[in-house]
Amino acid sequence: MKLKAVLENYVFVLPAVIIFSIFYIIPFVWVFQLGLYEWDGILPTKLFVGINNFKEIVFEDPAWWGSLWNAGYITLIALTFQNALAFLLAWACDREIRMKNFYRMVFFIPPVLSEIVVGMVWRFIINDIDGANIINRMLAGMGFPDLVHNWLSDPETALTMVALVHSWKGFGWGFLIFLAGLQTIPHELYEASRVDGANARESFKKITIPLMIPVMVLVAILTVLGSMQVFELILGLVGGEFAGHTSVPALRILASMRVSSRFGYACAQGISFGLILVIISFIQYRFSHKARQASN
Amino acid sequence: MKTAVYYKTKKITINALIHIFLLTMVVVCVFPLLWMVFSSFKTQETIFRDASLIPREFHFENYCLAWQQGGFGRYFLNSILYTASVVIGIIIVSSLAAYAFSRFRFPGRKILFIIFMAAMMIPVPGSFVALYVLLNKLHLRDTPFGYILCMISVGLSTSIFLLKTFFDKMPRELEDAARIDGCSKLGIWWHVALPLARPVLAVVVVFNALNVWNEYILALIIFDSRKFMPLQVALQTFRGEFVTNYPLLMAGLTITALPIILVYLLMQKYIVKGVTSGAVFG
Repeated sequence: MKLKAVLENYVFVLPAVIIFSIFYIIPFVWVFQLGLYEWDGILPTKLFVGINNFKEIVFEDPAWWGSLWNAGYITLIALTFQNALAFLLAWACDREIRMKNFYRMVFFIPPVLSEIVVGMVWRFIINDIDGANIINRMLAGMGFPDLVHNWLSDPETALTMVALVHSWKGFGWGFLIFLAGLQTIPHELYEASRVDGANARESFKKITIPLMIPVMVLVAILTVLGSMQVFELILGLVGGEFAGHTSVPALRILASMRVSSRFGYACAQGISFGLILVIISFIQYRFSHKARQASN
Repeated sequence: MKTAVYYKTKKITINALIHIFLLTMVVVCVFPLLWMVFSSFKTQETIFRDASLIPREFHFENYCLAWQQGGFGRYFLNSILYTASVVIGIIIVSSLAAYAFSRFRFPGRKILFIIFMAAMMIPVPGSFVALYVLLNKLHLRDTPFGYILCMISVGLSTSIFLLKTFFDKMPRELEDAARIDGCSKLGIWWHVALPLARPVLAVVVVFNALNVWNEYILALIIFDSRKFMPLQVALQTFRGEFVTNYPLLMAGLTITALPIILVYLLMQKYIVKGVTSGAVFG
């Protein structure tokens, strides 16, 4: 009877465990295994090369480092510009104003769209086919013909365009989380500080910012993880790696697999990149832990 | 008296400035999408000349062309099929597991749960390479079934987490009553626990539906046959072939984006709940 009960319990978790083991755990293990081989994905024999793939990534692959640099650039703009915008909007909404729900509804439309769609729509708006470029048309119309520019086909500006469109798509996430955080701050705190003679700026500095630090760190971690791994947006917006100018690690991994047919090397790149992401979020987590302790 | 007027004017001015700021961002958010929709009604000749947002004449034939010749009818059905199957699969599999993790005691319970949660935290950027190899070996590559199973496994961890958190807080009286009435464990799960979990199930449904509908990379590497492609992959192929036909491309983009916007507007409450509970990582 008891055995039957235990078996019955396993019936509940079994479907999840089976699907998860086959389609998550096995590929997870294989990534680490394949990273040690040179393999084209077709031949039955794989050539064991040990850590040579990783050596190549670190010492002989400038394109990889370039792609990391690009992802870092996108992340930096997302962390500063996008999150500052999200915070400002949330702060503006965190008061008794009309249409608050309308604003919240609209700002979260871009995040629910797919990166491919967002990339392609924005390409249609800022690419340089004759006449289709609304941004250029507006610039010319407002009397700045010198600023008219082939934004996406200029190596100097293409990556910035990617970062800006990425920010357009992503700020709604930060906005929602910031707004939820701001709404947890009790109103009595602000009233008490006003009675004590503090003006709006002082109470913002002394109450809002310190209480929001944990939320800010959460948003920062999510932003870094999301922005470092962006690539579908680039496929939609630019069309590809643009000779390295808009290449990011995820696109490099995809190219190693599909263009150079180096499955082992692609896995090694994936491991290296995953490691970098884990280290970054660990550092941020430690930082938030310290910040929380300091504020207590 | 003077100060009262002063404060009132100040308050109105600040409110107006705030609304101007917020409305500007509303325009920035909505304009590209309106431009997409309205451009899809223009023709190849007028799309570059007609700079007005609302076209002078509406050409609905772009949608017929995209739907039939562009194959978007088929891709649309594919996306619907994948989204529905994956969401149903995830609901059943993850709620079973989450219920067991929350209510039952059995050996290995803790470690299994930790493994599911760890998967939520650890990013594996190269995993699609190994998934490609795996599906090849199982002869599941280029099949809808293989894609659906992969996508179910992608959504499992987060869904189990959300559901288990909910079950943990849920009172057990009703389940106890059902047990005393002789209901089996599976019966209790189906007749008592699932109906009570409806609010959190809505969150799970919405987020997984968005995730599957918008998924690109796995569909790209799994499907070779055009007839299996979902919308996101089809859009990229479509652009390669009809590189100059922008109204048609805009019609395809509208077909892809509109359902998700509608779902979002209808289920907004649950999305806000999901994001702000901090559990669903974008």
